[in-house]
Amino acid sequence: MQAFIMALRSIGANKMRSALTMLGIIIGVMALVVLVSLVNGATDSVTNAVSDLGSSMVTVNIMDNKGKPVTLEDLSLWKKENPSLGKIAAYASDQQVARLDENYGSATVYGTTPDFDEVQGLKIARGRFISVPDVQNHSFVCVINEAMAKDLIGYTDCIGHEVLIGGSYYTVIGVLEAEEDSLTALFTAGQMVCYIPYTSLIRLSGVISSEITTFYVGETEGFTLEMSENTISDILLSRFQEDEDAFRTSSQNILEEAMGQITSVLSVLLGGIAAISLIVGGIGIMNIMMVTVTERTREIGIRKAIGASRGTILFQFLMEAVVLCMLGCALGIFFSWGILRLATSIVSSTGLVFKMNPGVVVTSVIFCFLIGVIFGLSPANKAAKMKPIDALHYGG
Amino acid sequence: MIELRDVCKYYQVGDDRVRALDHANLHIYPHEFVSIIGPSGSGKSTLMNIIGCLDTADAGIYLLDKTPIDAYSERELAKVRNRKIGFVFQNFNLIQKLSAEENVELPLIYQHVRRSERQRRVKEALMQVGLEKRAKHLPTELSGGQQQRVAIARALVTRPSLILADEPTGNLDSKTSREIMNMLHELHEQGNTIVLITHDDGIAHEAPRRIHILDGKVTEE
Ligand SMILES: Nc1ncnc2c1ncn2[C@@H]1O[C@H](COP(=O)(O)OP(=O)(O)OP(=O)(O)O)[C@@H](O)[C@H]1O
Ligand SMILES: [Mg+2]
Repeated sequence: MQAFIMALRSIGANKMRSALTMLGIIIGVMALVVLVSLVNGATDSVTNAVSDLGSSMVTVNIMDNKGKPVTLEDLSLWKKENPSLGKIAAYASDQQVARLDENYGSATVYGTTPDFDEVQGLKIARGRFISVPDVQNHSFVCVINEAMAKDLIGYTDCIGHEVLIGGSYYTVIGVLEAEEDSLTALFTAGQMVCYIPYTSLIRLSGVISSEITTFYVGETEGFTLEMSENTISDILLSRFQEDEDAFRTSSQNILEEAMGQITSVLSVLLGGIAAISLIVGGIGIMNIMMVTVTERTREIGIRKAIGASRGTILFQFLMEAVVLCMLGCALGIFFSWGILRLATSIVSSTGLVFKMNPGVVVTSVIFCFLIGVIFGLSPANKAAKMKPIDALHYGG
Repeated sequence: MIELRDVCKYYQVGDDRVRALDHANLHIYPHEFVSIIGPSGSGKSTLMNIIGCLDTADAGIYLLDKTPIDAYSERELAKVRNRKIGFVFQNFNLIQKLSAEENVELPLIYQHVRRSERQRRVKEALMQVGLEKRAKHLPTELSGGQQQRVAIARALVTRPSLILADEPTGNLDSKTSREIMNMLHELHEQGNTIVLITHDDGIAHEAPRRIHILDGKVTEE
């Protein structure tokens, strides 16, 4: 305790120098805490966005159908025969003009089948999604997003309304919830989107045929996504003469995993850079402590002459280095907190929140302590080793 | 208590070899009051530093309490300097950034004396040297004589059995010197061993035993 007070006093006696010395540690800690927290914040947000894209699903792309195209009938057959393919939905999209009276605009039109909303995690605010009869009857029905409802019709309570899509009238059977808090919503904000039966899209669009090139398999209760993915892979392999290049499956989870890997590598990398700057700060501390020891040689001599032991002197200077480091660390963490608050408020419109990562705070505290000890040891030892008479006669 | 046998200390400055102590023999018994007299540069401070365990001899044997000084460990020596010896330096050796009372308190901190006890003893020691009003002053805010008295208070505060005073009255007027000398006599009567360095014959003669030193050679009167 006494040593702690002494250390504080001697740091306080040389405020300017102490502040400059601490700057190295402050910047190092700030780099560490801010970078890692930023990466974590961004990662959380992107991961959320990725998992919002669909609650775990397998995307299947068919590149070469070898004369055996996959049709809607195939999909429903597979679904019936394989319990692990409980959710399976065809997918195609086109750009069409949507119109109602004098309101019109370009809309993205998705042709799909009933399971699609669950696979993609779409939330229906009003009405219902496309049903099996809709697909069988090539019905002129559509599920529209909020932007489309507002732009064309003017309000969202519009079930039963008819809108003109690509020249035919479609009855609105469902309206999606407005998405606000995901990154996808950010990029697609205000765009008109509608979903119609796959069969209806074939009729509407010239480029889409009954040959399905993309479909999704959703996670089915009681099965892992991997099991579903294996099932569909096996089916397609036997269909396409064991040609692995004829199709491609990719699951959302793999994407998330890869993302996780990338960001953890990023964290380590940035953390490493920050750690290096902390070590540089530590060398600054060592440098200043060396100067301090030389400057205070006489004081050390006096202290020894009146009974300070080697250990006492060692502890005193070590304490000074550690206190210096820990003060720098505390200030660094405090400033980081401020910066993260600032960053959060700057990007508040995107809903990104940069929280201080408790792990990195603990890490930086431990790291600073170790730096104080490691880089303080050699100057403190230099002080402790002095012979009292030499120190007393030091002409400084 | 203190025994020097053929102790030598040399300083090599360039080609010159200064014999600061040349085969010095000395025996000081417990409860003695000894003064050491000699002209400037004769080796008085050097002798004192060796007795005070601050410096080591180049040759010869120094026995402290019948134990050779080489046998003491670093830690034991620190303890001896802290508890057994009270050192009054010729050039005071106060820590400049600590106030008078903090300087006096320092040896007690190293003894791990409790805070309240420390404060009491510091106050007492400063009172003894008549500086209780200057307790908060830094050494730079004190006159030479006052600094000297702080140094004396620091030596006394641990109640050491051996007091080594290197010209403690060198910077003081006759009245304060008188007080310091009275204090030393008092300490002597209480049973402390006192070694007093001076170049003032009058003061030297107050000690029952006088030792002369000239060019590093020690002679008894
Ligand atoms: N560190 C040193 N390096 C070289 N020579 C030294 C050193 N310390 C002392 N000396 C020399 O040793 C001799 C004795 O010095 P010392 O300090 O013991 O004298 P002193 O008797 O205390 O003198 P004074 O009465 O002036 O204090 C002197 O000639 C001095 O020049
Ligand atoms: Mg001297």
